[in-house]
Amino acid sequence: MNMAYNSKDTAAFKGVWVFCEQRDGVILGTGYQLLSEGRKLADDLGVELCGVLLGSGVNEQYAKALGGYGADKVYICDHELLKDYTTDAYTKVLCDLVEDKKPEVFLIGATNIGRDLGPRVAARLHTGLTADCTHLDVDVEKYKAFLKTTSTIDVDNTPFEDTKNLKMTRPAFGGHLMATIVCPDYRPQMSTVRPGVMQTQAFDEAKSQQTVLEKIDVKLDKSDIHVDLVEIKKSAKKLVDLIGADVVVAVGRGISSNPTRGIEIAEELANVLGGVVGASRAVVDAGWIGVDHQVGQTGKTVHPKIYVALGISGAIQHLAGMQDSECIIAVNKNGSAPIFDAATYGITGDLFKVGPMLAEAIKSFKASKA
Amino acid sequence: MKIIVCVKQVPDTSGVVAVKADGTMDRAAMATISNPDDMNALEAALQIKETNPDVKVCVVSMGPPPTESMLRECLAMGADEAYLVSAREFGGADTWATSNTLAAAIEKIGVDKGDIVMCGRQAIDGDTAQVGPQIAEKLGLPQVTYVTAIDYKAGELTVRRELEDGYMTIKVQTPCVLTCIKELNTPRYMSVPGVMECYSKPYAVWDYEALKDSKWVGPVENVGLKGSPTQVYKSFSPPVKGKGTMIEGADKAACEKLVSMLGEKHII
Ligand SMILES: Cc1cc2nc3c(=O)[nH]c(=O)nc-3n(C[C@H](O)[C@H](O)[C@H](O)COP(=O)(O)OP(=O)(O)OC[C@H]3O[C@@H](n4cnc5c(N)ncnc54)[C@H](O)[C@@H]3O)c2cc1C
Ligand SMILES: Nc1ncnc2c1ncn2[C@@H]1O[C@H](COP(=O)(O)O)[C@@H](O)[C@H]1O
Repeated sequence: MNMAYNSKDTAAFKGVWVFCEQRDGVILGTGYQLLSEGRKLADDLGVELCGVLLGSGVNEQYAKALGGYGADKVYICDHELLKDYTTDAYTKVLCDLVEDKKPEVFLIGATNIGRDLGPRVAARLHTGLTADCTHLDVDVEKYKAFLKTTSTIDVDNTPFEDTKNLKMTRPAFGGHLMATIVCPDYRPQMSTVRPGVMQTQAFDEAKSQQTVLEKIDVKLDKSDIHVDLVEIKKSAKKLVDLIGADVVVAVGRGISSNPTRGIEIAEELANVLGGVVGASRAVVDAGWIGVDHQVGQTGKTVHPKIYVALGISGAIQHLAGMQDSECIIAVNKNGSAPIFDAATYGITGDLFKVGPMLAEAIKSFKASKA
Repeated sequence: MKIIVCVKQVPDTSGVVAVKADGTMDRAAMATISNPDDMNALEAALQIKETNPDVKVCVVSMGPPPTESMLRECLAMGADEAYLVSAREFGGADTWATSNTLAAAIEKIGVDKGDIVMCGRQAIDGDTAQVGPQIAEKLGLPQVTYVTAIDYKAGELTVRRELEDGYMTIKVQTPCVLTCIKELNTPRYMSVPGVMECYSKPYAVWDYEALKDSKWVGPVENVGLKGSPTQVYKSFSPPVKGKGTMIEGADKAACEKLVSMLGEKHII
């Protein structure tokens, strides 16, 4: 720890940083999402946006690509001990870098690795960290505009402290409450951000070419690392790309009388609509489908063009992951299920009957257009 | 050898959730439960104890006095000792301040060579998953989060850490901090003899005075709300959306009607 470093000296910190996580040399989509979001924050603050890339044998073309999503500069920390993630190595390198360069905002994707790394870094730097954020603002007017569409607060008659502090909004208490958190007296203002929530901007080839790359002299020794990575296993099954999907057909406990048939119906609908199958936690907990299909508070956040909910009650934790879908179609036996309050279109009926009929109707509609 | 398990009593967010007019949680109006992931951590500790009889399992919690009921339940499940950290000064803490206070308590219980500190991955009230890693940082211990399997043999600790697209197998030096998720195991129930014994097992309550000499606690400005770098700027409940269009019927005609509406709006 650098003794001269003082996280309370807020004026000494400048710039917005995004940690761009890579696995096996491939940068995760969350990095691009966060850069796109970070670009807006950096513009509102009038500062530089920097990507931070850790790895071994880092491909400079990949680093430049980060510029295409908004980064002005990319710090490259290249070291053989950074090839695969370890808490100890990544924390040390990031903290050294923050202490040297002093960014005012530091965003990390809320992946399994980001949520391991973020708290450790924040604790070492003595600053606050807001977990799993779904919305970020620095500009108060923009924050007020956000509240107008997402809260019941009487925005025009509520006083707001007018500062450029980062306002980090996240669901709490299982999605029953939204909280906006600030970290006014310590820097950097750190947050982990939910994958899939921020939209990736279009890639800008010209900007990518202008990206400034800065190689960092990494100080790392084997003795800094207190774990032994025995192996990394990729799951054999191909993971569903729920987050990127345009259409998600999700099933809930309503399929319980015949889970296999229920999932078949969802697959059929997903096929005709060109989408993937999602599920409520009840279905995942029952073991009918893998956990990577789960949508919601503890699952994935999706905002597809079409979300079909078959036999899902619409618990607040489920809604938390899908309510921003453009069009929500719900099929539920129970006409007063809460899912209908979130739905754009609803059918009160048995999913085992309605599901296949709906698939048929869509097929013939598409055939008539072809 | 000791395993120290951090457990938290949380409002049951799957039951009735009461929100006060000012947008904060009405904790008093809600049922409380032991945080689910923490019970997986405790179960893991108790399983290690079963095959390693020299292991002592200590549970520690920071919370208001009624937290005692949860700690007694942990003792009834098989834990050996319980510690409650409870004081006004510690109230309103964010994860930075919480981990300071818990680190101080854990240090006071004593972390020796070979010991393990276990946490749940996250508490369902805040869902931050930050306290475990932050305790580890403060105590200067290695950490492994999202643990779904533990292999403990003759002091050698190898764990499986879940990733979104697979998992890592990690050999970790002890003492260390592990955070556990529900895939790890199924927590046991309290046993009848356990319930009989839980009031005679060692149970201590530590207030601010008891911990203030720790370098992680110190002056009152360092703990609780005052010692928290993050602050709540606003809290609000999401608005209820207006009802959408309900389609009459549930037959072929209804499905065709829906599809034609989707077509008109160019949704499909
Ligand atoms: C901390 C926490 C985090 C959570 N995170 C998540 C999360 O990430 N994602 C998530 O989904 N949940 C989550 N939950 C769980 C959530 O509270 C609900 O329990 C869950 O979403 C319910 O799933 P469901 O709608 O499938 O089942 P149910 O609530 O049982 O609903 C089943 C529905 O199917 C209908 N139905 C039954 N048969 C039929 C039929 N034949 N045809 C049509 N409809 C039928 C019923 O009317 C009912 O509405 C979380 C809970 C907690 C406490
Ligand atoms: N007040 C507390 N008392 C004891 N353990 C806690 C407390 N707060 C958090 N923890 C532990 O830290 C884990 C993560 O909590 P959180 O960071 O709040 O999601 C929990 O699962 C507990 O094991």
